[in-house]
Amino acid sequence: MNPSAARLSSRRRAAPFPESVAMQSRPNLAGWLMVSPLALVLAVFLVAPIVLIAVVSFWTATEFSIVPAFSWENYDFLFGSSVTYRVFLNTFKYAAIVWALTFLIGFTVAYYLAFHIRTQTWQIALFLLCTIPFWTSNIIRMISWIPFLGRNGIANSALLSWGVIDAPLEWLLFSDFAVILAFVHLYTLFMVVPIFNTMMRIDKPLIEAARDAGASGPQILWNVILPLTKPGIMIGTIFVVTLVMGDFITVRFMSGSQSANVGRLISNDIALLQYPSASATAIVLLATVLLTIGILLRFVDIRKEL
Amino acid sequence: MNTVIQDLELVSVTKRYGTTVAVDAVSHHFRPASYTCLLGPSGCGKSSTLRMIAGHESVSDGSILLAHRDISHLPPAKRGTAMMFQNYALFPHLSVADNVAFSLKMKGVDATDRRAKAAEMLDLVDLTALADRLPAQLSGGQQQRVALARALITRPQVLLLDEPLSALDPFLRVRMRTELRNLQKELGISFVHVTHGQDEALALADEIVVMNNAVIEQAGPAREVFNAPRTRFVAQFMGGHNVIALPQGHYAIRSDAVQVTGPDAGQMDAHVTAIEYQGTHVSVLSRIAGDQEVTALVPDAAFFDAPHHPGDRIGLTWDDRNLHKLTA
Repeated sequence: MNPSAARLSSRRRAAPFPESVAMQSRPNLAGWLMVSPLALVLAVFLVAPIVLIAVVSFWTATEFSIVPAFSWENYDFLFGSSVTYRVFLNTFKYAAIVWALTFLIGFTVAYYLAFHIRTQTWQIALFLLCTIPFWTSNIIRMISWIPFLGRNGIANSALLSWGVIDAPLEWLLFSDFAVILAFVHLYTLFMVVPIFNTMMRIDKPLIEAARDAGASGPQILWNVILPLTKPGIMIGTIFVVTLVMGDFITVRFMSGSQSANVGRLISNDIALLQYPSASATAIVLLATVLLTIGILLRFVDIRKEL
Repeated sequence: MNTVIQDLELVSVTKRYGTTVAVDAVSHHFRPASYTCLLGPSGCGKSSTLRMIAGHESVSDGSILLAHRDISHLPPAKRGTAMMFQNYALFPHLSVADNVAFSLKMKGVDATDRRAKAAEMLDLVDLTALADRLPAQLSGGQQQRVALARALITRPQVLLLDEPLSALDPFLRVRMRTELRNLQKELGISFVHVTHGQDEALALADEIVVMNNAVIEQAGPAREVFNAPRTRFVAQFMGGHNVIALPQGHYAIRSDAVQVTGPDAGQMDAHVTAIEYQGTHVSVLSRIAGDQEVTALVPDAAFFDAPHHPGDRIGLTWDDRNLHKLTA
């Protein structure tokens, strides 16, 4: 194309859209305008509160007042107390056990939906069925375990009448068992969804190719499906771990206030109006969770899924 | 690679999905160490047939014999066949070498042996330099060679290829089909290749099996199938043919066997309806009595010595030996 033709064609292209030329001369402005609503929302509702918590965590408090002066007192107390370590350990214990159980259940359910249900209609129908419990609130779903697991609850009376046990099982309710059961019940779907999503993207001919190469069912699962599902597993893991580590209400209700996790530590401080101490614990918890996720993301690249 | 050459035979193999019949009692004997193309339009049952041979689709009726052994109910890996999938189905999380060595890993062969055998196969398809790449980092042609190496490492007696060239651009397709053909000669095993492109089938196959509506329409050497189609479908699908209804019945005649002469000088008079320049040839589309379309393929030099235009009256002539009677 000779220069005059190029000029002509560029003029012809630009002519019907004079405003696009104006936009192009100040591309930065348009870009900033487009990101600003989201940036504003994140700044006001995410960044500011966290900064505030961080600031307050360095204040001190007496029974009657909060003193806005810089001090390491809260952190000194937190790291100097053996309770902190025990509670953090307990939180990690919950997270680990709940993760293992939700992963096993979630992977199995997702595998069944993705590879054993042939028609898409049924896949969607069964998937929706999985979400039905989510149509009620977390608290309700949690509390409905209480009449089931209680000393004279349905589980105990059924076992008694079948003659399996002679006396009611005491550990069914208000125990770590109850806490973990409720967690698994509440959060398994957060594992199912991302794993199912990743599994649906696995090319079906890959399974056939593996079978053609002589792989048995378990070999296909281990060598093809599991590695290709890793990003989904990782996303589910992040959901479950953060939810369990940040929870306090489930632990309180289902353990009958007999077990503690970090969330309860914070909620107790708040109940006593010890905001600086609660803030410090919250900051340590946030750092712990971020560190955990950071470590997890070192192993699996989830960018492809997002 | 194989000392004993084995032959593959289908004995009235049938595939039903519910009430629809995808493959209807197909019987065929694949000659040993030959390149066979299953050719037909989409939905004709060629892919189902291939997948039944591979063992990825169960046989509703009939049996598949390889080396006189009924393999119809064996799992895919126990049949002595290997399949190359349409979009290659390479494992995206494994390197080229691990993809090729996959079947050995499944058999429990140890890592050093696996590595050595995979290197051997990669050498065969000329990919040694890319052994540590991931499939996503390869071009289409390279991916295809990985798929080939992965299929061949199982030392199959029959290699099954499901539209292996359809994912490639036209230039690469022509190059890869030469490579496929050479590889088949080199290995001396049977290749069964499913395609819907008649040019691909003609270029590659020792034998072409044309399928339509779940049955084999015609099977035979490439030249015979192209030159002497037995049915109207084969004549039309292979292309380059005219199907003409004459008083004695329906006949197929190759377009390049039809000559254009002056009006009243040929066996039949016609009106030119369109002219298409095709480089080496010019195709003259004309209409004869009874509203039948006849195409004559004239060498371009001959055409431009005596050009015709749409609307001209011309005569058409041919050697009666080139007429092939159609049975259906």
